[in-house]
Amino acid sequence: MHPALAVIKDGTQTYQQKVVSLAHIGEDSISPLKIVPDVQGLLDSGVICNLHEGNAPYRPRYVVPDYELFMEKGSEFLGLEAPKDIWEATNSLLILYRHVPSITTFPVYIGDLDKLLEPFVADGKASYQEALKAISLFLLQIDRTINDSFCHADLGPEATTAGRLILEASREQNNAVPNISLKYDPDLTPDDFAILAAATALDVAKPSFANDRIYRPEFKAMGFDDYAIASCYNGLPKGGGSCTLVRLNLAKAAELAKSRKDFLDRLVPEIVAAQLAYMDERVRFLVNESGFFESSFLVKEGLIKKERFSAMFGLVGLAEAVNAFSDGLRFGHDSGADAFGLAIIEKISELVAAHKCLWLKANHGRYLLHAQVGIDSDKGVSPGCRIPIGDEPELLDHIIRSAPFHKYFASGIGDVFAFEPTARNNPAHLLDVVKGAMKQGLRYMSAYSSDSDVVRITGYLVKRSEIERLRKGEASLQDTSLLGKNAVDGLGVLNRRVRS
Amino acid sequence: MQPLGGALSGAATSGIIAKILKTSAVDGPGNRAVVFFQGCNFNCSYCHNPETINYCDHCGLCVPACQYGALGMDEGLVLWNPAHCADCGACLLACPKSSSPKSRRMSAEEILNELSPYKAFLSGLSISGGEACVQMGFLAELVKKAASHGLPCLVDSNGSADFSAYPELVAAADGFMLDIKAWNKAEHFALAEASNRVVIKNLHYLAAAGKLYEARTVISPGLFNIEETVTQSSRAILAGAKASGKMARYKLLRYRPNGVRPAFKNKLLLPDPELMERLAALARAEGLKEVIIT
Ligand code: SF4
Ligand code: SF4
Repeated sequence: MHPALAVIKDGTQTYQQKVVSLAHIGEDSISPLKIVPDVQGLLDSGVICNLHEGNAPYRPRYVVPDYELFMEKGSEFLGLEAPKDIWEATNSLLILYRHVPSITTFPVYIGDLDKLLEPFVADGKASYQEALKAISLFLLQIDRTINDSFCHADLGPEATTAGRLILEASREQNNAVPNISLKYDPDLTPDDFAILAAATALDVAKPSFANDRIYRPEFKAMGFDDYAIASCYNGLPKGGGSCTLVRLNLAKAAELAKSRKDFLDRLVPEIVAAQLAYMDERVRFLVNESGFFESSFLVKEGLIKKERFSAMFGLVGLAEAVNAFSDGLRFGHDSGADAFGLAIIEKISELVAAHKCLWLKANHGRYLLHAQVGIDSDKGVSPGCRIPIGDEPELLDHIIRSAPFHKYFASGIGDVFAFEPTARNNPAHLLDVVKGAMKQGLRYMSAYSSDSDVVRITGYLVKRSEIERLRKGEASLQDTSLLGKNAVDGLGVLNRRVRS
Repeated sequence: MQPLGGALSGAATSGIIAKILKTSAVDGPGNRAVVFFQGCNFNCSYCHNPETINYCDHCGLCVPACQYGALGMDEGLVLWNPAHCADCGACLLACPKSSSPKSRRMSAEEILNELSPYKAFLSGLSISGGEACVQMGFLAELVKKAASHGLPCLVDSNGSADFSAYPELVAAADGFMLDIKAWNKAEHFALAEASNRVVIKNLHYLAAAGKLYEARTVISPGLFNIEETVTQSSRAILAGAKASGKMARYKLLRYRPNGVRPAFKNKLLLPDPELMERLAALARAEGLKEVIIT
């Protein structure tokens, strides 16, 4: 059957999901990128993977609009004035979301929501009841119309009335979308707000905790005034984003090397160079040929700027690559194995930092490293630098062993921990763990309780009840439910060690 | 049974430790490390870690039970190798004396060294058992040293030692978690094979001193007069709070059969959720602010 016909006849896809699938098939019917045979070989064998990004990049993979500017100015293209109350504010945002492109066709970043909405709820601008109703309806609309859990909202680091209302409403609604991060800084985030966030996470698997003390100065140093967490846990410049994300599958690459030395000294430089060349070509087409930056009203109105777009150099399967050369000693358990893992990442980091993309100004053309969480078809490949599920050390040892890898990945790395349901009685426990983790240098961590309906798959959230729907051959509202189901089956993500 | 207390209750520079947990969500506020002392002077039917009741006498009976090569004998002493231990629990089942070959003699420094990599993650240290007060000298030393290392301590106790006689320990500890097993003396004796006279004295004393962090009662229907115990304990907590200005929490624990010795396991009844709610309501009606069911 022609793939397009298979999509049309698929009973488990909603109408919208079919439109997106058909668009992908249409895009892939042309091949405008110039790809040299060596790179094509690595793409064919899966050592390099473009994560279903398509053959002809016509929009950046991740777009991170400057919603603050939109709230201040409104939009000429959309015919919107600056909002004056909480109803106009939430309505304007919902309108703009419809027009933010991304790989998923849905916005992967919907704003630092607490900051955006605070002016309309603080100081008695709206009654508690009115503010809660507006924010609840806003979040409900997002969950029911942005049917993809790579949609990400940010909160913090400061506590706000809007932030509390968002957490309360999220807890009440128990929805998978949006994904939420709390930008956490122990000096700026008061404990009671952080504990509310922790309690919410133990109920509905969000928010996750982003280490603001690492992110903020790091993005400043790269020349960006602000950063956002988008999609799974991707740190990106605000008012810009990432043109592309391509990943290196280190687990697969390990099969091509004879020894540790051969892997590190010969193979790694070779495949990193190939991936860089492939990324350059994707960026070149997007920036120079697609016309995106010339035609988008987001660019014209200053909500995004070409100079704030970078691109993400991703990788997966470090654990498996290390274990392939460690004679039974295991990544995450043995110091020698971990040191080899660090040597690999150090090397990749140096090679990537030495490369300048000619078409990008952001960060002087240097790409950002990203520990990719995997795709649903991966089997036996651990996300980024994570310790494999089923082989996880005790909670604190796990964090201590993972932390040294986090500093290299400006555009995202994170660990996910499942907690016993009894931890709900003591959310301060989770906050203590978060505080300790961040002191150790962890960039990002997520938690959920092992009996929650909403669970974190690798970076995104899915409802178990939606996975069950798919198992029965029914359609699910969110396209990510299918990814979640495949990851549950292929990667055993629900078998994470439960921390008591 | 090994003699408990005695030589061990004076000043000591090491103690017998059953187990150390680096992280726990259920042993006090926030994330806490837990040190379980070996040895207990009560013998409660519902004890869920009976392997901490007695000291190991190195009889060696548990050694063949280990399938992982983690146990051996050396000059009449049983030796445990944590590197090989799979934590399967077979040795604990094999021990006929409610003890554990994994208990170790450790100094306060050794314990704190083991915990030092995790300090950034911890709100403090909880000391449990067994019964910590059975090794009173070592307990006081550990509490003082831990506090000065930035790990404030909560002591979980059956309340059999009269805390008013140990002012230094009480001053050094952040607080105590006290088990109130039964209010009625005869029922307490039947349940724990020990008197509760000192336990109740401690409840009043610690609550009034503002050092009671939490009182706890395990609920199993028919074992003792539950309503009386909950009501009287609540009143004592309240009276103490009036004196100290600090109100302790009261935790009502469902009896759970995991870990309980086979001889008792099936004789004890599980409380239904309505009973737990009713008891919590009773405590709240007495005026308690924080009543927790787990
Ligand atoms: S743990 Fe029990 S069986 Fe094993 S040596 Fe000690 S007393 Fe004997
Ligand atoms: S718990 Fe450890 S020492 Fe005991 S039997 Fe199992 S493996 Fe052996």
